[in-house]
Amino acid sequence: MGEQHVVWLYAVTRRLDVARFPATTGVAREPVRIVEAADLMAVVGSVGAGEFGEDALRRNLEDLAWLEATARAHDAVVDIVNHFGPTVPLRLATVYHDDDSVRASLVAHRGEFDTALRRVTGRTEWGVKGYADPDSIANHSVEEQVGDVGEGTAYLLRRRARLSALQAAESEAAAKAHRIHEALSRIAVVAKRQPVPHAELLHKRAKIVLNGTYLVDNERADEFADTVRTLDDQHPGIELDLTGPWPPYSFAGVDQMSP
Amino acid sequence: MTEIEPASSRSPAPVSDRRVALVDLLDRVLAGGVVIVGDVRLSVADVDLVHISLRTLITSVSALDPLTDERDRP
Repeated sequence: MGEQHVVWLYAVTRRLDVARFPATTGVAREPVRIVEAADLMAVVGSVGAGEFGEDALRRNLEDLAWLEATARAHDAVVDIVNHFGPTVPLRLATVYHDDDSVRASLVAHRGEFDTALRRVTGRTEWGVKGYADPDSIANHSVEEQVGDVGEGTAYLLRRRARLSALQAAESEAAAKAHRIHEALSRIAVVAKRQPVPHAELLHKRAKIVLNGTYLVDNERADEFADTVRTLDDQHPGIELDLTGPWPPYSFAGVDQMSP
Repeated sequence: MTEIEPASSRSPAPVSDRRVALVDLLDRVLAGGVVIVGDVRLSVADVDLVHISLRTLITSVSALDPLTDERDRP
């Protein structure tokens, strides 16, 4: 045997129709396979320890190109599994020495996986981001607030007006984001507001005021998308962006599962 | 252990045609998903650290990911 291998976990599911499952490759272009225990199926791949062992992983996770390729490959496998039935995605970089350890982990966590699988059955995760441009909103209202005064005073007044208009616009955008999230939460089974990624991340001058993620019953998916469109129309100054369908990354029980 | 064999006649994978922005993806695969500690003890905290240090690195992300720049809206 050549290189040492470790076992990478993609997702946990149940009663996957193996005959219909397409040939799929994972983060190391390895064929993806199933490890079964406790009436659960772990979707795994054997990957080289040289790239995915502990030290290598720690180093590689800091390499953005590697991280992107790996994240996309991981997500691609999770997404396919998710098309075959309720799926609990594993966080990136969950790695075991061998299949026996995977089986032991399935047995140890069977109750939590059961709960998580039940929670996501018949439901889909959707993301909604809200972008606001408070700057441009604020600029409109500045000129009229500056009356007939000297140049220096006018500058100061204008500056102060711009700042307070900016603050007002920001708090108005935040209030709108709150209302939008509330409205979407009423359709979703579970809703979460995630930390807002830095704006530079997005090459957008717009400020992200909402980074929401929603677990929605499949029967209500259309209603959810329609509501996003309606809310987008009802809130000028806020641009809503719907992403998904996602495998239920945000609702698979991160908080509940103990090591 | 069960090998996943190719379906009899190469049926196409039922993959959804979602176009995923890297930012949204990393948000989910690094901060979401079930956390169980594998044998390789990269703890959750480590991965979170990676996530945080990424945020300093992150200006280059958008360069890697044109999708975030020109997101098509229906």
